[in-house]
Amino acid sequence: MGVNSNNVMTGRTSPRRRKSAHFEGAIVKWIFFGCATLSILTTVAILVTLIYQASSFFFEVSLWEFLTGTRWTPILKPRAYGVLPLVSGTLLVTLIAAAVALPIGLMTAIFLSEYAPDKIRRIIKPILEILAGIPTVVYGYFALTFVTPLLQGIFDNLIIFNALSAGLVMGVMIIPMVSSLSEDAMMSVPRSLREAAYALGATRYEVSLRVIVPAALSGIIAAFILALSRAIGETMLVTIAAGATPRMSFDPMESIQTMTAYIVQLSLGEAPVGSLEYNTIFAVGLLLFFMTFVMNLLGFWVVRRFREVY
Amino acid sequence: MESNNITSGQLKPRRVLRRTIGGFVYGLFLLSVCVGIVGLLALLYEVLTTGLPWLNWQFITDYPSRHPEEAGLFSALMGTVWLMAMTAIFTVPVGVGAAIYLEEYAPRNLFTRIIEINVANLAGVPSIVYGLLGLALFVTWFELGRSILAGSMTLSLLVLPIVILASREAIRAVPDSYRQAAYAMGADQWQVIKGVVLPSALPGILTGTILAMSRAIGEAAPVIAISALVYLTFIPSHPMERFTVLPIQIYNWVARPQDEFRGLAAAGIIVLLVILLSMNAIAVFLRNKYQIRSEE
Repeated sequence: MGVNSNNVMTGRTSPRRRKSAHFEGAIVKWIFFGCATLSILTTVAILVTLIYQASSFFFEVSLWEFLTGTRWTPILKPRAYGVLPLVSGTLLVTLIAAAVALPIGLMTAIFLSEYAPDKIRRIIKPILEILAGIPTVVYGYFALTFVTPLLQGIFDNLIIFNALSAGLVMGVMIIPMVSSLSEDAMMSVPRSLREAAYALGATRYEVSLRVIVPAALSGIIAAFILALSRAIGETMLVTIAAGATPRMSFDPMESIQTMTAYIVQLSLGEAPVGSLEYNTIFAVGLLLFFMTFVMNLLGFWVVRRFREVY
Repeated sequence: MESNNITSGQLKPRRVLRRTIGGFVYGLFLLSVCVGIVGLLALLYEVLTTGLPWLNWQFITDYPSRHPEEAGLFSALMGTVWLMAMTAIFTVPVGVGAAIYLEEYAPRNLFTRIIEINVANLAGVPSIVYGLLGLALFVTWFELGRSILAGSMTLSLLVLPIVILASREAIRAVPDSYRQAAYAMGADQWQVIKGVVLPSALPGILTGTILAMSRAIGEAAPVIAISALVYLTFIPSHPMERFTVLPIQIYNWVARPQDEFRGLAAAGIIVLLVILLSMNAIAVFLRNKYQIRSEE
């Protein structure tokens, strides 16, 4: 800008200056292009490193044994490398979290979008944002020191590290994600639909449940999928509160281990680089990446494919 | 039912029923909103009552110790400061650069679409996967070791999508008339971006960056993959040294069975939450200030 205003004032444009400014602009454009391309390189790097490291694991353990084996004892003898116990642990915690977060998150979203006056919205939304911003290690502490003792008062057979407490707290943790994404979807339903329904004599809950929710369904389902994908990849909470016992069991009272918690457990021990144990975390990480990747793509696809266009 | 009074005859009793259902459903919605709020209050209550007795100046300036009364989190606090400063140095230029490219330069073609989908997808990758990436790529292949540099590069990749998305929004919010006015003065594209777009978008970019950093500050999982669990009694003095951060120190204390260490963990959480809340407050302050100015 400085260069230009000078030129205007003197009524002269130095060709050399204009050329160098043009040159600078071209370079800058390519630098910015490089920055944008870095995001693609990141995805490529994730895939390459995970597959490369996992392949040295799969040279020694067959993919079939990994995917169908029902015992996971990579550190203790006799060693076994079946990932299913970790997968079932992950799914168990995710299911409990979903049972809490999906209905409550959806109802919160309906309340915020259809019922709450502006004043109340302005109080509740920041509270939900704070809830979403709390580090997961804090939720782990909360599950272990507050929720688990509370639940032990209700269930006698609950041991200290258990899937139930971790799942419930994870449910509370992802409520904001479900509610804010669903609310966005409901807010974008046109006002005319609401007004038409009210004009026909529908009550508020009939408008909410029979008009708004169906109209916003693609956004709501996408919110559910993305929240579940987040729950599958959640790490510190389950590492702290759900235990370190890989187990093929869907009993929420028991100690289990998720895929993420296993990766952390092994990382803590500083396994020697290149050893078979070291490479197990990349095999598990690769599986985790694929599961969340498929769910994220599914979420985006649902929004694009089933969006009602007004 | 009287046939000459069909409408009112059919609707009247149901109106009462529907109103009752409506009231019931309203109560259910209200209750579900309370779950989140009650959860937050219970969490804060638990952390404050357990942690406050342990929180004092010595806790902040001491190193970790086997003896709970002498333990502090100074090395973790300094590690967090190091890691965040370096992460910001890496993330901000690249994130803003990518946002400028996507908003100002990028042609509408397949490659641009791929970049956009890819950024959205990267935001959904679990953080522990970034930790594995950093462990294989930066720690082992680039031979950076379990250093602050490797940790900050990993965290940069993790928060990059957040910075890109926030910066894009800020750049998009700059009115086109600003750009056209600058072009009319004879500025070329880079001069328009440098002189007009970036200064107007700066508060929004800053807000997004602060929020991204507050996400990074609480991350423990990817940092554990990089740094493992270390017991540090010194402050790192250069980027190639080993380090630990607040969330890892908190995890370390939570994982011990003794009650005293639970207290230390809660005190550490208070410190972490105070830092997070002040960062968020700054972000909100910037956002409000910016909004007022744009209304003038």
